[in-house]
Amino acid sequence: MDFTQIVPSLPNLWEGMLLTLKLLLLAVGGGVALGTILALLRLSSSPLLSGLAKAYVNYFRSIPLLLVITWFYLAVPMLLNWITGEFVAIGAFTSCLVAFMMFEAAYYCEIVRAGIQSISSGQLNAAYALGMSYGQAMRLIILPQAFRKMMPLLLQQSIILFQDTSLVYAVGLMDFLNMARSKGDIIGLPHEFLIFAGAVYFVISFGASTLVKRLQKRLAV
Amino acid sequence: MSMISIKNVSKWYGEFQVLTDCTTDVSKGEVVVVCGPSGSGKSTLIKTVNALEPFQKGEIFVDGVSVGDAKTDLPKLRARIGMVFQNFELFPHLSITENLTIAQQRVLGRSQDEAMQKGMHYLDRVGLKAQANKFPGQLSGGQQQRVAIARALAMDPIAMLFDEPTSALDPEMVNEVLDVMVELAHEGMTMMCVTHEMGFARKVANRVIFMDRGHIVEDCAKEEFFGNPEARSERAKQFLSKILQH
Repeated sequence: MDFTQIVPSLPNLWEGMLLTLKLLLLAVGGGVALGTILALLRLSSSPLLSGLAKAYVNYFRSIPLLLVITWFYLAVPMLLNWITGEFVAIGAFTSCLVAFMMFEAAYYCEIVRAGIQSISSGQLNAAYALGMSYGQAMRLIILPQAFRKMMPLLLQQSIILFQDTSLVYAVGLMDFLNMARSKGDIIGLPHEFLIFAGAVYFVISFGASTLVKRLQKRLAV
Repeated sequence: MSMISIKNVSKWYGEFQVLTDCTTDVSKGEVVVVCGPSGSGKSTLIKTVNALEPFQKGEIFVDGVSVGDAKTDLPKLRARIGMVFQNFELFPHLSITENLTIAQQRVLGRSQDEAMQKGMHYLDRVGLKAQANKFPGQLSGGQQQRVAIARALAMDPIAMLFDEPTSALDPEMVNEVLDVMVELAHEGMTMMCVTHEMGFARKVANRVIFMDRGHIVEDCAKEEFFGNPEARSERAKQFLSKILQH
């Protein structure tokens, strides 16, 4: 075992980590936004809208993430080509990002839905009684309280996503893990590089998870 | 002139009828107390006035505007009616100041200065100006309810609805809230109050409505309601004897 050979590759590994983090942040932002919209649809009084949102959530929760990633990479450009008649290159990064957003939105939806339901209906009534519209009541009164309550769960889900971003190797994107694997192969030290990558994932995920638990305790008081 | 006019209102939760053919009027400047045993529909009735509870039959007019009409702009109508809830319902993530100003700014479109001035004026009136920068969770129940009254008043309502404003309070805090309500009544505010505080009813009510199982059983002047107990219905006598016993 010779871990010193990793040092010259650190700039490359850092590059991979940046791609991982960029993908993660964008996917969390888009996933939470889409998940919130889905949650509001799911809670709407219209059976059609709530049924559609429910179908979406159930669908994406019942298929593997890897399938969604490859599907968006291979099928969506084909679909766009078929619709527009032109060949549009989407690129691995964008297709992965969309796949993560749409997949994670299903999970975020359920978290946001539970968060909204945990706010008493009296708060909504009070907002209405002051003349607020549904949109104002949600934006100004209900969602800010709900997000505060569900912050630990959203963060936990995002830590899981951090690990799942490594699935982009399937479409050849050079994230942290893929970079470590390929560097290890080139240099001829695959074990060292993979052990190192594992340690990095562990430190980040476990550290973040510990912080979230602490946050959870503070919010609970 | 009648400010709130309730005509033959009925409401069902599925098969269960919660309100049956309720009819009453609240004139401008009048204080009407609604009482009755729990489950009699009094809270539901008061919530139909600002459409927090929909109803299936009958009509309600507030200042001439039909509440049940699908074409009515409900947010606009509600902004003109103040409401105070049993559980205060201050917004816990906002400071007292923000609680007082948010609807003034977002709903009525007032400037921050104007909303602030108005909010502080009413906060001062309920005696809590010193608490302006605190959060609801830092105040006692009685203080929170007084802030809730100030929040409603800051919208310059044409009438105020009170839904059991003192029932969630510790006994020693009931009076500080009732004092604010008495003062408001003396100033000529139109008020409809669901409450069991018969002392309050005696002091400031013009009329008392007694409800039982979704019906308005009694609707008469305060003097008649308290002064002539023999003329009351059996159910009202029973209820009054229970709550006035001590």
